[in-house]
Amino acid sequence: MRPLSTGCLVRNDWICGEYLRSRRSELQDALIQHITLTVVAVLVGLVVAIPLAILARRLRLTQLILGAATVIYTIPSVALFSFFIPFTGISATTVAIGLVLYSLTVLVRNVVAGLDAVPDDVVEAARGMGMGPTRLMVRVQLPLALPAIMAGVRIATVSTISLTTVGGIINYGGLGNLIFGGLQTTFRAQVITASVLCVVLAITADLVLLVVQRTITPWQRVAAR
Amino acid sequence: MMPMSAFGDVADWLTEPAHWHGSDGIPVRTWEHLVLSGTSLAVVCALALPLALWLGHIGKGGALAINVTNIGRAVPVFAVLVLLAIGPLGLGVTATIVALILFGIPPVLTNAYVGVREVDRDTVEAARGMGMTGWQVLRQVELPLALPLILTGIRLAAVQIIATATLGAFVLGGGLGRFINAGFGRQDQAELVSGAVLVAALALTVEGAFELLQRRLDPRRRVARLSDRRV
Repeated sequence: MRPLSTGCLVRNDWICGEYLRSRRSELQDALIQHITLTVVAVLVGLVVAIPLAILARRLRLTQLILGAATVIYTIPSVALFSFFIPFTGISATTVAIGLVLYSLTVLVRNVVAGLDAVPDDVVEAARGMGMGPTRLMVRVQLPLALPAIMAGVRIATVSTISLTTVGGIINYGGLGNLIFGGLQTTFRAQVITASVLCVVLAITADLVLLVVQRTITPWQRVAAR
Repeated sequence: MMPMSAFGDVADWLTEPAHWHGSDGIPVRTWEHLVLSGTSLAVVCALALPLALWLGHIGKGGALAINVTNIGRAVPVFAVLVLLAIGPLGLGVTATIVALILFGIPPVLTNAYVGVREVDRDTVEAARGMGMTGWQVLRQVELPLALPLILTGIRLAAVQIIATATLGAFVLGGGLGRFINAGFGRQDQAELVSGAVLVAALALTVEGAFELLQRRLDPRRRVARLSDRRV
C-alpha cells in the first residue's frame, strides 16, 4: 500500500528539509544543551587542572597524577557515566561529572607538559629578579605554558563535543538525545542531522579556539607552526 | 536505591552464581567483547600498518596520517554507530565491527607513520650506504626503531575499540555493554553498575597488558601519545 503522503518524513529519508523546518526548536534546544555541557566540562576541567598540575609538580606527584588520569581515561564513557547514577541519578550532573573527568585528564597532562617545557634559565632569571613563587607562576610560568594549555583545551573541547553524544543514552547528551532517540524510532533524518551538527560544532569550536590561541599568544606566530 | 547500599547490591549482583552461567552470563559476554574487539583490532592492524609503514618509508602522505586522527576525534563514535545500525548494515554485530574498525584505524595509522618518519635520517642513510635495499631498510632499520610508537598506536586502538564495543551493545552488538543496556532498560542499578565495573575492569586489564608488553619490548619507552581520544 502506498503511503498517503509522499513527504520525506514519511519516506524516512536521510536528508529531509521538512524535518529541519518542523523540528527547528527541538534541534536548537539539543544544540544549546550540547554546548552548555561542553563549556561546563572544559571550564571546570581547566579550573581544576591548573592548580592540580601545579600542586602535582610541587609535591613531585606528577607520575601519580598522570597515572590516575590514564586510568580514568581508559574507562569507557558509558561505564563512567553509569558509576555516578547511584549518586546523582539520571541527570545532567551525571553526564557533566563524567565529561569533566575526561577533559581533566587531557588538560592536566597538557598543563604539566607546558610547565615542564618552561626553560630553567627563564625561571632562574625571574627568581634572580626577586620574584616569589606565586608571581613567578602567574607572570612567567603559566604564560609560557599557554600554548600547550591551549592545545589541551582544543583537544579536550573537540573530544568532549564528541563524547557528550553518549549522554544521549540517559537523555542528557544534547544532540546525542536526538541520535539515541532516532536509534529507537529508526528516524534517519533526525540521526543524520544531529550527527552532522555535532561535527560542525566540533570544527567550529576548534577554529574559534585556534583564533583565541593566536590572539592570546601573539609571540607564537613568529615560530611558524 | 541509596548510594550506601549501592556497593552491596553491586557486590551481590557480581557474585550471584546465576549471572555467571548461560548465553547471557558474564563469561559469555566477556568472550563476545574480546572476540569483537580482537577481530576488529586484527583488521585495523592489517589495514593500517602496511599503509602507514609504506607512507612513512617513502615519506609521503603525512597530512593524511595526521588529519585522519583529527577527523576521528571530531566525529562522534556513537553517531557513526547509530548511523550504521539504522542504515544498510542494520542492528547487530556487523554495524558494531565496522564502527570499531573505523575508529581503531586513526591511532594505529598516525602513530606508525610518525614512528617511521621519526627514525633518525642519518641511520637510514647509513643503512642505504651499506647497500641495503628499500625493503631491507624498512624491515631491519625503520620497523624496529618505530616499534615503540607502533605499539602505542595499537594500544590506543585497543582501548578505543573496547570502549566502542561497549556502545555496540546499544545497537544489539553483544559484549559486556549488554549488562549496562539491560540495567538501563530494567532500571536495575545493580546490573547497570555491575556492567560498568566489568567494562572498566576489562579496559584497564587490556591497557595494563599493553603496558607490560611495551616495557618488555622496549625498556626505554617513549611516552608519546599521538592520538588521544576517548569514546
